[in-house]
Amino acid sequence: MAERTIPSPIVSSENEAFWKAAKQGRFTVPVCAACGKAHWYPRAICPFCASDKIEWRAASGKGTIYTYSVMRRAKEPYAIGYVTLAEGPTMMTNIVDCDFDKLRVGQAVTLVFKETEDGPPVPMFKPA
Amino acid sequence: MTIKGKAYIAGIYEHPTRHAPDKTVAQLHAEVALGALADAGLTRDDVDGFFCAGDAPGPGPATMAEYMNLKLRHVDSTELGGTSYVAMAAHAAEAIALGKCNVALITLAGRPRSEGMATGTTPRLRDPNQPEAPWEFPYGLTTANGYAMCAMRHMHQYGTTSEQLAWIKVAASHHAQHNPHAMLPDVIKVEDVVNSPVIAEPLHRLDCCVISDGGGALVIVKPEIAKKLKRPPVKIIGAGETVKHLSGGTFDLTTSGAAKTGPIAFAEASVKPADIKYVSIYDSFTITVLMQIEDLGFCAKGAGGKFVADGNLISGVGKLPFNTDGGGLCNNHPSNRGGMTKVIEAVRQLRGEAHPKVQVKNCDLAVAQGTGMQLGSRHCSATLIMERE
Repeated sequence: MAERTIPSPIVSSENEAFWKAAKQGRFTVPVCAACGKAHWYPRAICPFCASDKIEWRAASGKGTIYTYSVMRRAKEPYAIGYVTLAEGPTMMTNIVDCDFDKLRVGQAVTLVFKETEDGPPVPMFKPA
Repeated sequence: MTIKGKAYIAGIYEHPTRHAPDKTVAQLHAEVALGALADAGLTRDDVDGFFCAGDAPGPGPATMAEYMNLKLRHVDSTELGGTSYVAMAAHAAEAIALGKCNVALITLAGRPRSEGMATGTTPRLRDPNQPEAPWEFPYGLTTANGYAMCAMRHMHQYGTTSEQLAWIKVAASHHAQHNPHAMLPDVIKVEDVVNSPVIAEPLHRLDCCVISDGGGALVIVKPEIAKKLKRPPVKIIGAGETVKHLSGGTFDLTTSGAAKTGPIAFAEASVKPADIKYVSIYDSFTITVLMQIEDLGFCAKGAGGKFVADGNLISGVGKLPFNTDGGGLCNNHPSNRGGMTKVIEAVRQLRGEAHPKVQVKNCDLAVAQGTGMQLGSRHCSATLIMERE
């Protein structure tokens, strides 16, 4: 089955450290040094305590599927989903390298970077 | 300070078109404006407050005020997606309560059908400056699969079934058969929905609303003016609005913003869900209806599947008649924005002017509830409670 072309993420001053690490195959999550909480999507100001002391920390790449939907209407069907990371926050992603019919909510998944059109690779997940 | 009793919906108009390749968006706005003013028994010269949202061409109020040659002293371009007009009815009441305007005009119009827009199934990058865009656009978020993820989680968490969701479309179809303008006027069965092609699991084609051109308008006036008009007066008595989002990655996709806006609106109106005779509930998808019904308190959280089944939303059959015009699921969804028609059908019900086959008896209290933008990430919710006087 053909796979869809993944659009490149928009790189900005707020997220370029993430994409630099991604190019090196490292998955990081933003953690607030003031309140200690990880958040998603990444931003320069902590959504929980409003501190700007955000650090990019290495993450395990382990998580579970919170929900998902297989886009059957697309020319090349794909599975969009939300994965709850071991580090806490839940992130939007694609579930890849899998049999779409066997996906289920609560399933354990692990990180895999996937190449994009002409930008850095984006974090996706496959069954653990 | 409250808007309760400070303003009345005096004029409504729903454009009869569902396909308008021969009209411009500005023209449709003007046609619905004139229709609602005629319904109220007022003219353009009476309008001193104008409200329009992101569907209006260009910058919105400036362009449309000039096109219609309005003379204004109050303007509002609140953009809350498809529920903008539910919120704007309340904003108009606020402006009237403060003496900022006397006659408020709210318009909506658009032509996604003529323009061939793949409304719900194509990823759209609206603005590269949106901070969430890098974390969503690469994953192919569309309108349909975003709402579908809510449905998938609701099924997992509460045991909701595709057949229960299908009942929402079936109920809408029972109402649409009496609407000569409805795009899908045929009565359908649960099997028709669950056997229609899957768009985004677990949602089928018939779990989705229609794509249509068209529009609608409201005229909202101060009490002194309402009393002089001939139309049955419909009083605004409560409202709530909010944004529900992903909260830094700590969220529950089975709950909508209605869980917040419902209680705010009911408290302002001093009524409770059990008092409500009719509800207009934004129905972009069947799951949208189910979650909002739960969140407004018409049933317990998670019990929506059982509540909507077996015709409970069909007027004259069930306990909670909804969307008696056929709603977005069967009638129309002008400009991909369903909030306007939700208010319009609620006003028809309160006036006793709904189709006789779907008119709710003694309909004195109604709710219009809308969800704008993306239920599966960030969305706007607005609740409006209206009373027949």
